[in-house]
Amino acid sequence: MKLVGEKGVKRILMAVAFSAISALLLITLFIINEGLPFIFKYGIKDFLFASDWNPAQGKFGIFPMIAASLWVTFGAMIIGAPLGVAVALFLSEYAPRPLMKAVKPTIELLAAIPSVVYGFIGVVVLAPFIRSYFGGPGLSLLAGCIILGIMILPTVISISIDSIMAVPRSYREGSLALGATTWQTIHMVTIKASKSGIIASIILGLGRAVGETMAVIMVSGNSVNIPHAATDSVRTLTANIALEMSYATGMHREALFATGVVLFIGIIILNSFASVALRKRTAKR
Amino acid sequence: MSKKTIYASVVVLAALVVFGCGKSKTTVTLAGSTAFQPFAEKLAEQYMQSHNNVNITVQGGGSAVGIQSANSGAAQIGMADMVQLPKEAQGLTSVIVARDGVAIVVNPKNPITNLTTDQVRDIFNGKITNWKEVGGNDAPITVVSREAGSGTRSSFEQIIGNIELKKDALVQDSNGTIRETVSNDPNSVSYLSHGLVNEKVKPLTLDGIQPTIENIVSGTYKISRPIFLLVKGQIQGEAKNFIDYILSPEGQKTIKDNGLLPANSK
Repeated sequence: MKLVGEKGVKRILMAVAFSAISALLLITLFIINEGLPFIFKYGIKDFLFASDWNPAQGKFGIFPMIAASLWVTFGAMIIGAPLGVAVALFLSEYAPRPLMKAVKPTIELLAAIPSVVYGFIGVVVLAPFIRSYFGGPGLSLLAGCIILGIMILPTVISISIDSIMAVPRSYREGSLALGATTWQTIHMVTIKASKSGIIASIILGLGRAVGETMAVIMVSGNSVNIPHAATDSVRTLTANIALEMSYATGMHREALFATGVVLFIGIIILNSFASVALRKRTAKR
Repeated sequence: MSKKTIYASVVVLAALVVFGCGKSKTTVTLAGSTAFQPFAEKLAEQYMQSHNNVNITVQGGGSAVGIQSANSGAAQIGMADMVQLPKEAQGLTSVIVARDGVAIVVNPKNPITNLTTDQVRDIFNGKITNWKEVGGNDAPITVVSREAGSGTRSSFEQIIGNIELKKDALVQDSNGTIRETVSNDPNSVSYLSHGLVNEKVKPLTLDGIQPTIENIVSGTYKISRPIFLLVKGQIQGEAKNFIDYILSPEGQKTIKDNGLLPANSK
């Protein structure tokens, strides 16, 4: 059966491939076109570093949101990265192969849970817990960090396992032959050899944490406030856009697009760090 | 699979796509205010029962979306709940179809039953931060507000007056999540569309006046706002029929039975 020739197939695939890339390009252009003029009109410094966000009075300072995004992401890393790397090390170095083959896909399933479900659990379980044991409103920076820390686990674990498994067997054998214990081999050889992959996994996890919206809106309280304590309520950049988009008109709407530009640039920076780290790994081998 | 079967199935699929959603029905789309959305859905359902040839779809999105989509033509009818329409809505024909009160709500465990307008203002501005200052338990007050631009928020702030929301107030983006937050946090206070108050939260009296339908209709309870339907240009065709239905005694009865106030009150 031959509906289209060899050349035809090539053309069709090329068209499909380019349409995917052009979608990315169009989104980028659209965000920049809607948001950038506002940033210049309002002033980069005022927009990024002023801490008053009051659209009704024409005040658009997103510094509290930038601070909140950084804190939430940092907190998620403190919680998610050690946990994730520990799980990855256990599964790849200590656990028997069949166990790893069973557990790894299960962990990857965590990524398939919709973020609204994470948020819901945060609101119903985590927020009351924080309220009664740590004080404050419960919906807080801490709740956001914990939920995001869990959400980045699948990314951190599965990419870490891949890069740890990619360390050649001969490295480990060499170390063991010199009399090193398993743990000595892990922290002196395996981790060193897979360092860039592990770092990349954490950075990719952070990318997910920065961009996460729904769960954060639900658990972090959304007040425009530079946090002074972990129990303070915060609003991240993504939450700011999603919360106010439906009611925003005029300048307010442009300011939200400008928030999107800032977020977009942040995520591009994070992702390029990750791809540099990943490339290092492949180059080494 | 032979070539013939493939072609045949393509033809059948195409036919399904073309004729499946045939235009035997006129469609009217409403979009906007989340406060009015559930009522619009109920009204649309009733209207479609007696008018088989019309299909009415109702979407949310918020009052600004209502104004934008009426302007752009994405929806024939926009819905907005605001004390005053913004200048973006100037080119639109507006009809008030209902009024809605805004109730100040606390957690049912909170012993407080009344606040004065000044106390409400001070609480939302951050001057009063503990419930004992207004006669309640010794517990910090958690203020919960709607997001900037919300119709409910702007009505609340305009009528209470001089509100500059305190910085660490929590913000939730719909009446539903406000209700959920207040029912979860024993120390919280917020405001909510009167039609959506239920047993999970406790409405307070304001200056001693209860937010009942009678008090809002008569204007003694002061926080209320109109709900507008917005149409670009002249109101005509099926959109007009539907709006006429909402304004008819039957439609207004549905609105009243479900907790909103009829258009002609106050």
